[in-house]
Formats: sequence, structure tokens, C-alpha cells
Amino acid sequence: MLLKPSVSSQDHAIGKADANLVIVEYGDYQCPYCGAAYPVLKELMREFGDQIKFVFRNFPLSEIHPFARPAALVAEAAALQGKFWEMHDAIYENQSSLSTDFLFELADQLGLDPTQLQSDLKQDSVEERVDADFESGMRSGVNGTPSFFVNGQKFNGGAENLLDLIRSNAS
Amino acid sequence: MLTVHDKAPDFTLFATPDQKVSLSEFRGSNVVLAFYPADWSPVCSDQMALYNEMLKYFKKYNAQILGISVDSRWCHLAFSQSRNLHFPLLADFEPKGDISKQYGVYNEAEGECDRALFVIGKDGVIAWSYRSPTAINPGADGILDALESLTNH
Repeated sequence: MLLKPSVSSQDHAIGKADANLVIVEYGDYQCPYCGAAYPVLKELMREFGDQIKFVFRNFPLSEIHPFARPAALVAEAAALQGKFWEMHDAIYENQSSLSTDFLFELADQLGLDPTQLQSDLKQDSVEERVDADFESGMRSGVNGTPSFFVNGQKFNGGAENLLDLIRSNAS
Repeated sequence: MLTVHDKAPDFTLFATPDQKVSLSEFRGSNVVLAFYPADWSPVCSDQMALYNEMLKYFKKYNAQILGISVDSRWCHLAFSQSRNLHFPLLADFEPKGDISKQYGVYNEAEGECDRALFVIGKDGVIAWSYRSPTAINPGADGILDALESLTNH
């Protein structure tokens, strides 16, 4: 299964910008499996961040996770203030406390401009961004979260498998 | 297993404890018929949760999604309520697996249907079908591609 569309400069990416190894995660901020994958992915980037580019795309399952979409929107709005990854990390690190109020508390802690954040959250572009990620996931064969793609190909395994694979290729 | 160009056999099954639904009621819309083995199982739960998030995309293609398994209507009701599903789950319960058999996706050994997808056009003819390997959630890209080609021609 191929990643559609492929990774572009529009994506949120960390690690090595021009890496040969590009990993994409489709994630839901309230999904417990994504929460469990988070520290593993952190470890992956700690060990291999100088060789890997990591991209996060939104795939909120709103009907079973009521805070998944609000969290995705806040993270996208945070991105407009240059703090996407800070917000992404803060949400996963506090996943058990997710609520709408708590998202604004996190924004506060990260030093985001609250007025700007509120006005950005009303922008259609923020909603459209989350929808576009979701649609790209459907098109790419995402069937649940987290789903990973390695160099544009769907990876049939979780974060642990991904870390094992990369460790064994590196050694 | 029925395939492209086969006429989709009509059926009437319980969609709620007191309401039956027939496939022929959807003539004029596209239908996505998603056979899945069992309510509550992890892969089926993920698969139904995914389709539940996609209802506006199905609507865009004038398509109705129907889940179907051999579970009873009461089991479907509890499953559907627990997952907040907004599309019907049909009970292929009595005679057990009768419709699954007609579509060629009944698994005698398991006493369940296999995980299989059918995209049926407005004319009641199957436009695309797919049987998923055991325990693999097929996602939705195949369905969307099939609906897209139906809408475009």
C-alpha cells in the first residue's frame, strides 16, 4: 500500500530533513495505542534522529475518541505559532488528562498566544488540514491508529516492530 | 464468492431489534456491504470504527454502508451503541449465515462469515469485491476507489 500523497514540505516533520529513511505515522491523540507508541517513537528518534525523518499526520477517530479531533486542531493551531511538536508531545505525555480545558492549559504552558490560538482555531484552514490528513490516510489504506509508512510503503507492524527493524538494519 | 458483474442477491434482514432492511430499498444508491466475522472482536471493531468516521465520504459518493455478520440483532444493538456507530449492522442470524452463503463468503469451520467487501452499484450489480486475509482489516482505500470509478462513469 502506497502513501498518498507522498511526504511534502507541508508535512510536520522532525529529524533529518533530507533523510533516506522517512517514517510517517497516522495518529489519533486520544488513541491508547498511539499513546503507547509515543515513547517508543521518541526512543527511535533519540537513537536515529540524525538519520531519519519522522512525519505525523492526523487520523482522529472522533466517534470513539471525543478529544481526538479537538487535540488535532489545537496541535495544528499551535503549528501556526511554530510549536507543533511541542504541542504534539505535550498531548501524548498527558493523554490520560485530555479535555478541552486541558488543551488550552497546555497551550498556556507552552507559551502560545491565547488570542492568536483562539482565532486560528476558527480558521477553516485548520479544520481542512486535519480533514486532508484523514482523507490521505483513507486513501493510503490506513485501517486504524497508529499506522506507519516507511519510505512511502505501509508498514505492517507497530512502533516496537519499527524500532526493532531499524535497530537490526543499523547494526 | 460473488464478483464484478454478478447481480447482488437481494435480502431482508434485521437492522434493529424491530426493523428489517432490504437491499432493494437502496436501489438508486451505491451500497457498500461489509461482511465481518464478529461483533466485539478487535479487528472488526477497528474496521467498523473506521467506516463510522467515513460516513460523509460515503455520502459524497451517494453510497450507503451496511455492516453484516451472523451476530443477532440484540448483539448488534449493544455493539453499535458501545461504538457509537451511525450506520446499520445487519443480522445474518436466522437461517444462520444464509446471506453470507449466497455471497459466497460463509466460513463453515468458524461458523462466521469471512471479512469481505462488496461495492454494489445503483443498478444492483456488484462493481467490486474483496475478501480480506484472516484478521487483516482491509481499510477503505479499495472501497473509495471502487466508488470513485462508479461515480465517474
